[in-house]
Amino acid sequence: MSSVAEQESAATEGAAYDGLRLRGLTKSFGGFTAVDRLDLDVPRGSFFALLGPSGCGKTTTLRMVAGLEAPTSGSIELAGQDITRTKPHQRPVNTVFQSYALFPHLTIFENVAFGLRRRRVREVRTKVEEMLELVELTTHRGRLPAQLSGGQQQRVALARALINEPEVLLLDEPLGALDLKLRRSMQIEVKRIQTEVGLTFIHVTHDQEEAMTMADTVAVMNAGGIEQLGAPSALYENPQSTFVANFLGQSNLIEGTVIGRSADLVSVDMHGVAVSVPAVRSHADGAKGWIGIRPEKVLVGEPGEELDAPGNTIPGGVVTDVSFVGVSTQYLVRMPWGQELQVFAQNTGRNRLFRTGEQVELSWRPEYAFLLDHDQDASAGAQRVDAS
Amino acid sequence: MSWIRRNLVLMLGLAVLVYTFVPIFIVVLMSFNDPRSRNVYSFGGFTLDNWLNPCLDPSMCDAVVRSITIGMAATLVSTVLGTLAAFALVRHRFAGRSSTNLLVFLPMAAPEIVLGSSLLALFVSAGFAGQLGFRTILIAHILFCLSFVIVTVRARLAGMDDNLEQAAQDLYATPAQTFWRVTFPLVFPGILGAALLSFSLSFDDFIITNLNAGTTTTFPMYVWGVAQRGVPMQVNVIGTLMFVVSIAIVLVAEHRSRRQRRAALT
Repeated sequence: MSSVAEQESAATEGAAYDGLRLRGLTKSFGGFTAVDRLDLDVPRGSFFALLGPSGCGKTTTLRMVAGLEAPTSGSIELAGQDITRTKPHQRPVNTVFQSYALFPHLTIFENVAFGLRRRRVREVRTKVEEMLELVELTTHRGRLPAQLSGGQQQRVALARALINEPEVLLLDEPLGALDLKLRRSMQIEVKRIQTEVGLTFIHVTHDQEEAMTMADTVAVMNAGGIEQLGAPSALYENPQSTFVANFLGQSNLIEGTVIGRSADLVSVDMHGVAVSVPAVRSHADGAKGWIGIRPEKVLVGEPGEELDAPGNTIPGGVVTDVSFVGVSTQYLVRMPWGQELQVFAQNTGRNRLFRTGEQVELSWRPEYAFLLDHDQDASAGAQRVDAS
Repeated sequence: MSWIRRNLVLMLGLAVLVYTFVPIFIVVLMSFNDPRSRNVYSFGGFTLDNWLNPCLDPSMCDAVVRSITIGMAATLVSTVLGTLAAFALVRHRFAGRSSTNLLVFLPMAAPEIVLGSSLLALFVSAGFAGQLGFRTILIAHILFCLSFVIVTVRARLAGMDDNLEQAAQDLYATPAQTFWRVTFPLVFPGILGAALLSFSLSFDDFIITNLNAGTTTTFPMYVWGVAQRGVPMQVNVIGTLMFVVSIAIVLVAEHRSRRQRRAALT
């Protein structure tokens, strides 16, 4: 599953690992297991995202790394040191809390200086001024947190953690309370700061777009474990489970029966149409599987039309819904076997718009399809219609 | 007509203020009274004699000093114990926590006369019969102040964001530093409020004190006693002083918070 983690750990075997290493990390609350035997390696200096729906255990994992929650079992190692049982104030780890948790009775300056003062670091004034400059809050140093806007408070929370130059900076949904526009600009801002300071960032979020925009590596979490881990583009283009396929963007998942396997191709019978999937994109061993294809990879055309996608062609579709959204048109196409597939067509001007009720033919390049285990729930991780 | 309509709310507000402050004004006025007759409730003429000789009746000043001593001791003990209890009730899960939360309200809800007489019964059966006095008053005052302290501090603590203490620990503060740098400063206004409330409750209590005082006299008991014969004008001096002190405390608190706000804005 976690191929990147395996590569990383293989590369550093023998020598002490200088990043964050979680082994068999488990946390149970009464009968409920929030985090279940989690293994994870976070390389030093990386921007890492833990992505998952609420209740998947991502925040609990973060709190265990911070020391705010004691693991039921398993170990946490940071730069070669076992920190599983150390107290939060003894760990070189700082957190940006979801609620910011700024000290309301201290000025912005004192909030940022808090960690330095506790560790009796010299030259507090210079360092705090530098940090306030980095987050562009120099003129607000004397104010109290309540007198700042949400975005400014967020930056103070970031500065207060960053100033300590921790081994790992933990961000717990730090942008969740901001409005959409501000969130976009803060995403870029946080990414810029991470590149500038070069510290390890672990960012917990349920927003897949945020995770993909900001992180070098994304770990998709579900039900206390990691579903898949990798670069955002790798996760999106080649999901290994139905959960990842649905949680990261949208996917059409179509039931199919495997009819043949060669070294680099898997042939699948999809409701009477033979389609093929590259072997490296096949993650199912059984006789049946889910053929997955992203809506923007599907081309739509008139029956018999020569589409510029030499590959799998599926005839007999009927357009049941058309939404024109400017840059693209989103179609729902009912297939002969009754399933409705999503198709996003770019409005390049080359293709005409189809209307509801028209007969169409769908097609996609075989290298874009993927094959998933039939035992998995085809709707796992799919977002409900009302919560886009 | 329209002038009345426009200023009706203002006038009503002024009327309420007058209604509230007339008794206090009378107390202040009477402290400068030079009574001409046995009827001390009429203003005979202006004099500073009452202010220059506040302890004309030494037993009154004894009572005042006793009340202040009891008030301070009761405030100190109940504030410390009550604050500790409030922390335990908010921060720890233990058997009997919810029933304790409920029981804390009982002394506040029980009529004072009931509380006072049951305390008397307790003291007598515990063998304090001949020794009612300073000690028994103090015990009784700590008892009823405690509930108010617990409730006040608990409300303040419950309203505090748990994340703040976690953030402090995350920023390298030891448990002791977390308490003194974050928890205590944030809860302090609640503790201060509880202490002020305790003092005024204790200073002013008559019913419970009267039942458990034996031959000891506190200031409210003294006033009650002399009220039959005619209150000496010095009582108004003490009343005015108490009023001035409480106004001063409010003004200082207000001034401090304003200064903080202004400092924070620059």
